[in-house]
Amino acid sequence: MLQQSKFFFPALVIILLITIVSAIAFGAVYILPSEMGSAIKHFFQGKDPASIYEGVFIQLRLPRVLLCAITGAILSVSGVLMQGLFRNPIVEPGLIGTSAGAAFGASVVFVLAAGMSKEVKSIAGPLLVPVAAFIGGLFATFLVYSLARSQKKISITSLLLIGIAVNAIGLSGTGFMSYIARDPQARSITFWNLGTFSGASWLQVFITFGVAGIVFFLSLRYSKQLNALILGEEEASYLGVDPERLKMKVMILNTAMVSVATAFVGVISFMGLIVPHVLRLLIGSDNKKLLPASMLAGAILLTWADMGARLLLAPAEIPIGIITSLIGAPIFIFLLKKFNVLQEKGGFYA
Amino acid sequence: MCYRRKEGFMLEVKNAGFAVGEKWLVKDVSFRFMPGKCYMLCGPNGAGKSTLMKMLSLELPPKEGAVHYNGHPVNYRSKKSYARYRSVLSQAVDISFPLSVEEVVLMGRYPHFDIKPTKHDFAICDEAISMLDIEKFRKRNFLTLSGGEKQRVQFARVLTQIWEPPKEGCRILLLDEPISSLDLKYQFDFLHHVKKFKDGRTIVIAILHDLNLALNYADELLLLSEGQLFATGSPATVLAPGNIEQVFHLRTNLHKMPGANLLWIH
Repeated sequence: MLQQSKFFFPALVIILLITIVSAIAFGAVYILPSEMGSAIKHFFQGKDPASIYEGVFIQLRLPRVLLCAITGAILSVSGVLMQGLFRNPIVEPGLIGTSAGAAFGASVVFVLAAGMSKEVKSIAGPLLVPVAAFIGGLFATFLVYSLARSQKKISITSLLLIGIAVNAIGLSGTGFMSYIARDPQARSITFWNLGTFSGASWLQVFITFGVAGIVFFLSLRYSKQLNALILGEEEASYLGVDPERLKMKVMILNTAMVSVATAFVGVISFMGLIVPHVLRLLIGSDNKKLLPASMLAGAILLTWADMGARLLLAPAEIPIGIITSLIGAPIFIFLLKKFNVLQEKGGFYA
Repeated sequence: MCYRRKEGFMLEVKNAGFAVGEKWLVKDVSFRFMPGKCYMLCGPNGAGKSTLMKMLSLELPPKEGAVHYNGHPVNYRSKKSYARYRSVLSQAVDISFPLSVEEVVLMGRYPHFDIKPTKHDFAICDEAISMLDIEKFRKRNFLTLSGGEKQRVQFARVLTQIWEPPKEGCRILLLDEPISSLDLKYQFDFLHHVKKFKDGRTIVIAILHDLNLALNYADELLLLSEGQLFATGSPATVLAPGNIEQVFHLRTNLHKMPGANLLWIH
């Protein structure tokens, strides 16, 4: 297990590049790699795209694939962070309310802004929506966390049950907002509940990249402290780590990036479960390796899932959440059974 | 080093007490722990051993009284600096995710490096690993080890944390029932390692249930009863049959033999 070859990271990077290029190439129209090259050249020369294919590449395909890759990285890293904080392999943002809370916050602003002037709308879209998502996500996460905690311990059964309840509240709130909405995009409840990358824009790509970049950088800095937490809060504290402060900081950072992604693409469940689990079996749990590996592997996996969403029933599109849940939910059940999580015996990964 | 400066290098509790609600778990305990000695805390369940240990670990601020380290009152906000000179081995530590034995041992060096461990950190880990005879499974997943093997790995981690005494002051090694999961050979190996580790700048404090081991390995004993110090001093005097009868309600004989003492319960 914990032995890993030095080719592991280079291999992940190469697979990611191949994945991104193929995800750009395949779709309703096929884009040749040579067209990608010339489109980028024309773009940097400040010229208009020479053909419709170049236009599709620059305006639609590239932002979509990039947003998808970065969202995959965000959700997987978030899985690693949350599992580390809760010391449990079955936690992920879709299960503990973060995504549902963020979706509700985003939908509120979406709907309210639709009734306002064009100027408000143009700011609200890319800027206010992520902020509202962050507030909603943070509130929901802390609600689940504090309700599940009793006598300084978090029982995983109560965490999951309270997660279900808070998710239900978040999703029904989102449902209500979509029901009263006028904006056609906000009206679609499937957009929020199952996620889609069909509306990706360059502005969304830049905002998501920016937030994710900062959060990834800081989480890598905390990787040592997160490792210490694997020993338990008491031992971590003997190693000079303040568990309460660490948890607070990581929870806020994590919610920030998950909320931004959710605001733009909706709730995508189970991604944060699949990737960390597989990687822990391959390279162990040292966060210094696990975090960057999750970033790369998450980007790869979600990009493939989105390709499936676009191609399986082409020209129609399946919401991506259907695909991730279809793969992720069985893994979730497998984890629950394998680790006796509900019996609270611990002994994961033994 | 002049005698006077050295005098301040110790761990001292002054009239320390700790209560949960109305119940005082430890009350009015005063004691000076000096470097170069191994202290053991004994007493029945609920006597306050663990609470006192928690205060000595500089983690738990006493509700009344104070704890002084190296002549200064403990600053409970500077966790990081104490972590370099004080380490604690708990009864049983389990981890939530798979890590190799090496990775667990290296955690002991976490308070000493910022992001990347140095060659020096790795060298210390290697020494601790060979000292505790865990070389053969250093690459293995910690979670697949037996209870005794796990405890040896954790001991290695705790030792690497305070491998070098500080330039000023003394280091503290706290052991909370460290050997209950070890088999006979490793129990004695363990106490032998502790003895070797204990030098002129090290305070060792352990909670031990086996009174015979305490009798033979401690330099000084602290016998606790109902949250207070019942008796302190050399093991043979503290564990006199009269004291044991009052604290544990057991009748014993103390046999003094060449090289070892034996406490016999009857």
